[in-house]
Amino acid sequence: MRADDPSLKRIEPPTLKWHEKVYVPTILQGLAVTGRHILGVAVASQQVTVQYPEEQHVPSPNYRGVHRLNKDEQGRVKCVACMLCATACPAHCIDIVGTTAPPEWPDREKYPASFVIDELRCIYCGMCEEACPVEAIELTGLYDITGLSREEMIYDKAKLLSVYDVTRDAEPMKYTQVPAEASAPTRILPPLSH
Amino acid sequence: MLVLIGIVIKMLVVVGVTQGAVAYLILVERKVAAYAQDRIGPNRCGPFALIQPLADGAKMLLKEDVIPGYVNKPLYLLAPLIAIVTATIGFAVVPFGPVGVSAPGVSLPFGMGDYKVDFQIAPAIDIGIVYVFAVGSLAVYAVILAGWASNNKYSFIGGLRSSAQLISYEIPLGLSILPTVLLAGSLDLNAIINYQDALGESLPFGLGSLGFLGWGVFTCPIGFLIFLTSAFAETNRLPFDLPESEQELIGGFHTEYSAMKFGMFFLGEYLHVITVSFLTVVLFFGGWDLPGLSQEQVGWIPALLKTGVLVGKVALMIVFMMWIRWTLPRFRYDQLMDLAWKALIPLALVNLVAMMVFLQATRS
Repeated sequence: MRADDPSLKRIEPPTLKWHEKVYVPTILQGLAVTGRHILGVAVASQQVTVQYPEEQHVPSPNYRGVHRLNKDEQGRVKCVACMLCATACPAHCIDIVGTTAPPEWPDREKYPASFVIDELRCIYCGMCEEACPVEAIELTGLYDITGLSREEMIYDKAKLLSVYDVTRDAEPMKYTQVPAEASAPTRILPPLSH
Repeated sequence: MLVLIGIVIKMLVVVGVTQGAVAYLILVERKVAAYAQDRIGPNRCGPFALIQPLADGAKMLLKEDVIPGYVNKPLYLLAPLIAIVTATIGFAVVPFGPVGVSAPGVSLPFGMGDYKVDFQIAPAIDIGIVYVFAVGSLAVYAVILAGWASNNKYSFIGGLRSSAQLISYEIPLGLSILPTVLLAGSLDLNAIINYQDALGESLPFGLGSLGFLGWGVFTCPIGFLIFLTSAFAETNRLPFDLPESEQELIGGFHTEYSAMKFGMFFLGEYLHVITVSFLTVVLFFGGWDLPGLSQEQVGWIPALLKTGVLVGKVALMIVFMMWIRWTLPRFRYDQLMDLAWKALIPLALVNLVAMMVFLQATRS
């Protein structure tokens, strides 16, 4: 775009009015704002922070915390070792070793013999969750994971499955039900304009 | 001899109380800061975090005291001392209660006669304000020396900014109180309080019954605004804390200081805040004056009441300074200079001349 393009709109910086130039009325306005906040916390307990170890912060439903591996109704791992999550992962933190599924599992060809996520490498972007075709990997609301060594923060299949057991009741699987029809767009989007 | 002992006792009390108050002011500052940001602030050390200042002090004393190898050692060690000493000796002439005729007396045992307890370390100094300003502007040496001796470009810039800021704001600070001084006809801080008290009660049209309209903030409001602005600049408080500027100067003049030396700069800054708040209250809010209190009341109960009123007003003033700190962003350097030289100094001069004309017209 050129500097003299007619579609460019020039905006002049606002000029200060006299009561803004003498500072005092605007400072009083500012004092009123901060005063409301100070009194709001001091009198009405309007603080936004929580007293952490005693009070637990509840993250929003789409918070991206530590991963879990979902299980199906028979308690088997849902993952089919298709490697889509490992491919999608921008941090290369997922390591999957797939093997042929046993003959009594007729619904799949493969399953993960080992499924390891390096939680220190992970950037919690959620792209594995989006890539997964069978809704096997999900990010939970758990945020207080700690470890005393780097090795402790490398989560294997058993640990990821146990995360599912811990969070199953608080966060049921997002896509177990088929989305209702009403979740389609309710209005027709306007045509794209240039 | 008796007077000397009295002064030593008063010095001990005042220094003890102010240093203790500084410790708790830091707690109050942290609390106000937290509230302004919708947080709770320190609340773990005892009920209402009342032990927090002790914990902070212990931390300051126990931390490793690093003296970098490249500093100019004598000046580096001297700077924090100057910060504390200049901030402390300013209290010598600040009245913290009734002085003079309304001061209470104690009769001493063993026939040593009566001793009048003036609520001021050095009473009857006629040039009280001049002394406070002289000592207060010495405090900038602490900042400049710290910046110079640290041998660090950030500290140095902080020190230079401080010197320019101090030179600029000394002028409006001095000019802004002159109308009040002219009105009261004295440089003695007690005389100024007594004048405000007497003026408030002698106003015509029933205004005298309100009792507080004689305060400097009502008689010279413009002077009050200029004084307040310059006082913020003198104490290096936000929005004029350019010598420190955590963001661009990494702490400015005290970048290289650690442990208790850093704590001493902190102490000096808060002592300065207390002094300036006392001065504001004495010059512009009538000191111990409230409706119902006057200089004719003598005795211990009115004296303690007046001290309580004065300290209460000072506390409100300090909280106001903290409130301002979380309201206004820092001034840019050129805006700072513009404000002093293009706005405050001309305004203060006009204000002074107006008060002179008014007094000449009404009192001759």
